[in-house]
Amino acid sequence: MVTTIIEVVITGLLMGGLYALIAVGLSLQYGVARILNISHGEFIMLGGLTTWSLYTALGVNPLLSLAICGPLAFALGFVIHRTLFKRLLDTAASPGVFESNSMLAAFGLMFIIQNVALIAWGSEIRGYSYLTTPVHFLGTLFGANRLLTFGMALLIGLVFYLFLNLTRTGKAIRAAAQDPTTAGLMGVNINHMLALCFGLGAAMAGVGGVLISMCYPVHGVMGLEYTVIAIIVVVLGGLGSIPGSFMGGFILGLVGSIVTFLEPGLALVAYYVIFILLLLIRPTGLLGR
Amino acid sequence: MKPGRAYLQKLGGPGLTLMALALLATFPLYASVYSMTLLTDILMFVVLALSWALFSAPTGYISLAPAAFFGVGIYTSAILGRQWPLLLTIALGGAISFCLALLVGALTLRLKGIYFAMFTFGLVELIKHFWLWFEIRFTGTRGRFVAVVDQQTIYFTMLASFVLLLLTTHLIRRSRWGLALRSIGECEEAAAHIGVNVNALKTITFAISAIFMGAAGAIIATRWTYVDPYIAFNPLYSFMAVLMALFGGMGHPYGPVLGAAIFAYLEEVLLTRFPYYYMLIFGVVLIITVLYLPEGLIGLMMRIRRRVVGGPDAPA
Repeated sequence: MVTTIIEVVITGLLMGGLYALIAVGLSLQYGVARILNISHGEFIMLGGLTTWSLYTALGVNPLLSLAICGPLAFALGFVIHRTLFKRLLDTAASPGVFESNSMLAAFGLMFIIQNVALIAWGSEIRGYSYLTTPVHFLGTLFGANRLLTFGMALLIGLVFYLFLNLTRTGKAIRAAAQDPTTAGLMGVNINHMLALCFGLGAAMAGVGGVLISMCYPVHGVMGLEYTVIAIIVVVLGGLGSIPGSFMGGFILGLVGSIVTFLEPGLALVAYYVIFILLLLIRPTGLLGR
Repeated sequence: MKPGRAYLQKLGGPGLTLMALALLATFPLYASVYSMTLLTDILMFVVLALSWALFSAPTGYISLAPAAFFGVGIYTSAILGRQWPLLLTIALGGAISFCLALLVGALTLRLKGIYFAMFTFGLVELIKHFWLWFEIRFTGTRGRFVAVVDQQTIYFTMLASFVLLLLTTHLIRRSRWGLALRSIGECEEAAAHIGVNVNALKTITFAISAIFMGAAGAIIATRWTYVDPYIAFNPLYSFMAVLMALFGGMGHPYGPVLGAAIFAYLEEVLLTRFPYYYMLIFGVVLIITVLYLPEGLIGLMMRIRRRVVGGPDAPA
């Protein structure tokens, strides 16, 4: 009984770490750039499938893929913001109009990226086994790949948290999130910061995809599911708060693993119930401003 | 502009509409069964896009819930279609969607902008996964078979719901109600201050638009013969409705009709042979529309016409 409880809790926390990482990316894109990026999950999918290709075709270690997919996703996100969302921002009459339009444009991006990937990789489910040695822990068994991805997710989250709080660029990003106009008057290059944030969000999704592919099979239409999870975690933790995202990620991971243990078909239903209740009761999230 | 021409133009709109409707009503007399089923599909998307625009065009609230109401209609048909007469099933599909939309609207239309979109999107997924769990748990199967109805009946019921929707849209747009809805879209706080009952109005309009989505689902389900929760509550139908309405243009009731007709035809031609390319085009058009065609095709056409014909607000 105790072992079962420990197992359920650890499974939830391991999952929660991944959820948190992808949510941090989305939180950055929505919290600073005001773009509810529905195509977030597609960057995760791209990261996962690229890692699969590199591993199966060239034998590239998935950990090395982190260093390849991260910068690539960043560049893609940066360019997309500079071309597409910059124009939307310039032409929008009000922040509300920009939010609606950018969400719709992100829907378009989702369809484009997803179907380009389906054309390139096909619709098969792709998986590889990496570091599946079992690890004994408090009487339970976990794959080493699970623990590795959890550690990496925490590490990336921590590094990013420090980057935001200790560096000059991080300070500029936080200023842009609080009040873009005033930040601009203080000499922050707002357009550059927004594109940077969108790129960093995309990079985190790409890296998240690499980590996910180490543990779970990946395929062309997986993106939307992760986008939805990221949105729920972000709403749960509060927009733009990294500790909030991690808290939300762990809570959602735990709820998922508990509900899966009790009634397997209802995990996703539980996520949506939390999400909907939260939107109704406290739309600013647990740690939101 | 000469008075005679203005009169002709005034007459031209409804006259053309009546002619088009007469053509549609007699269509099965001279067309093949294939073109009739194609037209039924087109009409289904027209109903979805137009009913989406009924609420979202004037108010500016982006609802991603069409798939939820559409799916509710589909399942009404799947569960009751064998025992109940068709018209009653369709009416019930609309009525259940109406009640669900009333409940959802009353709860969530307080949410502003993007939060409402997120909520409605979550709603579709919630219903889908709950219903999947329910079916497997309590009926033991994933899907259901739907009672089959002949193609001509499906066509005429779909056409009838389209005509009713067109009429509803027209009546709402021309009334104080429509004016109040537009004032909500312009500035909700100001609308509330001049005495518009904002929440009640939004909720009831949202619910009325849901009737037609539910009815469309109940009708089309009879042609699909088999449905499961993934087919019925496919969020793609929400995205389609939004894109078709945006692409066609929401400044005029015929905008969504035009957008839906074009995309439904494209889907018919492309989807079975090049599904990925169809969805790719879908995404590209969505982005182009958001970027360059804020008023959609109909807005573009009106701009071109103003430039050709001239008029008080013609661009120089």
